[in-house]
Amino acid sequence: MNMIGMTAWTKSRYLPPVLLVAGLIVTAILPDTGLVNDYLQFVIVSVAINAILCVSLNLVNGWMGEFSVGHAGFMALGAYASAILTVKLFPAAPPALLFPVAVLIGGCVAGLAGIPVGILSFKTRGDYLAIITLAFLMIVKSGLENIPYTGGPRGLLGIPRLTTVAWAYFWCVVTFWVIRNLVYSKYGRGIAAIREDEVAAEAMGVNTRTAKLVAFVTSSFFAGVAGALFAHQLQFINPSAFDILKSTEILVMVYLGGVASLGGSLLGAGGVTILTQCLQPLGTWRMVVLPALLVLLMLFRPGGIMGYRDWNWLKPRISFRPRLEVKADAKQETIP
Amino acid sequence: MSALLETCHLTREFGGLRAIGDLSIAVKRGEILGIIGPNGAGKTTLFNLLTGIYPPSYGDILFDGRSITGLQPSRIARLGMARTFQNIRLFRQLSVLENVRIAYDSGLACSPLDAMLRSPWALLRERESVEASMELLEMFQLGSHVEDRAGDLSYGAQRRLEIVRALALKPTLLLLDEPAAGMNPSEAMQLTDFLRWVHDKFSLTIVLIEHHMQMVMALCDRIEVIEFGVRIAGGKPEDVKADPRVIEAYLGTEGELP
Repeated sequence: MNMIGMTAWTKSRYLPPVLLVAGLIVTAILPDTGLVNDYLQFVIVSVAINAILCVSLNLVNGWMGEFSVGHAGFMALGAYASAILTVKLFPAAPPALLFPVAVLIGGCVAGLAGIPVGILSFKTRGDYLAIITLAFLMIVKSGLENIPYTGGPRGLLGIPRLTTVAWAYFWCVVTFWVIRNLVYSKYGRGIAAIREDEVAAEAMGVNTRTAKLVAFVTSSFFAGVAGALFAHQLQFINPSAFDILKSTEILVMVYLGGVASLGGSLLGAGGVTILTQCLQPLGTWRMVVLPALLVLLMLFRPGGIMGYRDWNWLKPRISFRPRLEVKADAKQETIP
Repeated sequence: MSALLETCHLTREFGGLRAIGDLSIAVKRGEILGIIGPNGAGKTTLFNLLTGIYPPSYGDILFDGRSITGLQPSRIARLGMARTFQNIRLFRQLSVLENVRIAYDSGLACSPLDAMLRSPWALLRERESVEASMELLEMFQLGSHVEDRAGDLSYGAQRRLEIVRALALKPTLLLLDEPAAGMNPSEAMQLTDFLRWVHDKFSLTIVLIEHHMQMVMALCDRIEVIEFGVRIAGGKPEDVKADPRVIEAYLGTEGELP
């Protein structure tokens, strides 16, 4: 293929969907090829789940500029809701049918829980909102510890292992696609305006309440999706898996990768997950390496690796050119 | 001509302090009204009450014949009341184009679900928003800066962008809070021409707060004078200029305003 043909192909609007479908086929047949062992598959699935968690938390903490520490709480709701479906209610249903429904319902349950937190964010912000999300996390955790139906503090056992590499990849793509669409839309710009100046946003007609609700519900929905995938990857969940440490882990990915950035979320989730695996031989010392890295990054690049920037291929293509010719009748006055 | 905006016994108290006391003023459709008064007279508080940022303690605000008291600020903005701020409040980290689009978008009908799925309907709205915002920026000679961060623009360009952003709301009433702040007399006079052009071009009603007397006298059809949250005088610029109460409020003793 000559150079011109190459450029036409890489600029084609059909390239991204073709690549994504190809990725799905590859991930679907990957486990059967024997090229990647169980451990590698586990790592790949973990990266995908963490990427979903990271980009969804980034919507609130990065694009909207709030500080939520309750992400693990939403994740827990998704994990438990989906696991109840697959373990308790329909253990005999065909997994191929049940699993997508279970993940979706896990997301919806978490999304519903995002509504009250979103409403509370109308009047509260900054540190105070962070405390509210912390309280939310504690309510979810201690709530789950006291429900005998889901095993109380011991947790839910015997969850079928349904999270394949292909499913994890599929949900990861869906999450990034939806959040990308959202942040490059009217609502996404409104959410960024809230971060920049909430009073000015309202004065410019941005309904900040709607924008906050959209941000919180979308963010918690995908946290729930990630929770469902997580539960069906580990096959075992208990309330203490979703404590403040889990939230902190996601926060580290967000701020390491870059706030308000899709590419940054991918880098953060991938980097932290793979680094934690690579640092296993260091034993306890790996608990020092990662935080030290974070300190260095905050000193030299406070926004993270990709803060407030993104790769062009992740941005939606603007398939129309704005009219650039200057209106001839426009009388020009200038302010020095 | 009927009144576009009316305040009836508008009062706002902060604790024991009465920032605005029993203020009843009317803004006629199509006029340029100046609001002057010494520092701390409550002029900016008045703007914040009009745009819904603070609720009034007592009184009512009528905009285009309907009461807007207690509405969310964004709702009031979408009804056609746009404003600028005394200390420029752009979305500094966002691009110039995004700043204008945020205001323009607020009038677009597009549900969150449409936005998330990037439906054909949402794409149409996106296109409309880019085109309209670009056209507006071109008209105000900011077309070459669309990709720049708003915070990186020069001071003058930031002031201009704030007005463009307000115009993207397609307002009927424009509130300007000290548009000439930080400008020298010759710049302020250029701004006067510019504002008059904006007023005619977009058939606006303008209310402006300004300390720059020459500019107020040259631009405004009518002036209201406020001191300690109370209206002390009002009328045509030349009458206000000669009013002894105004001179006293400004200078304390006998004297003449420039």
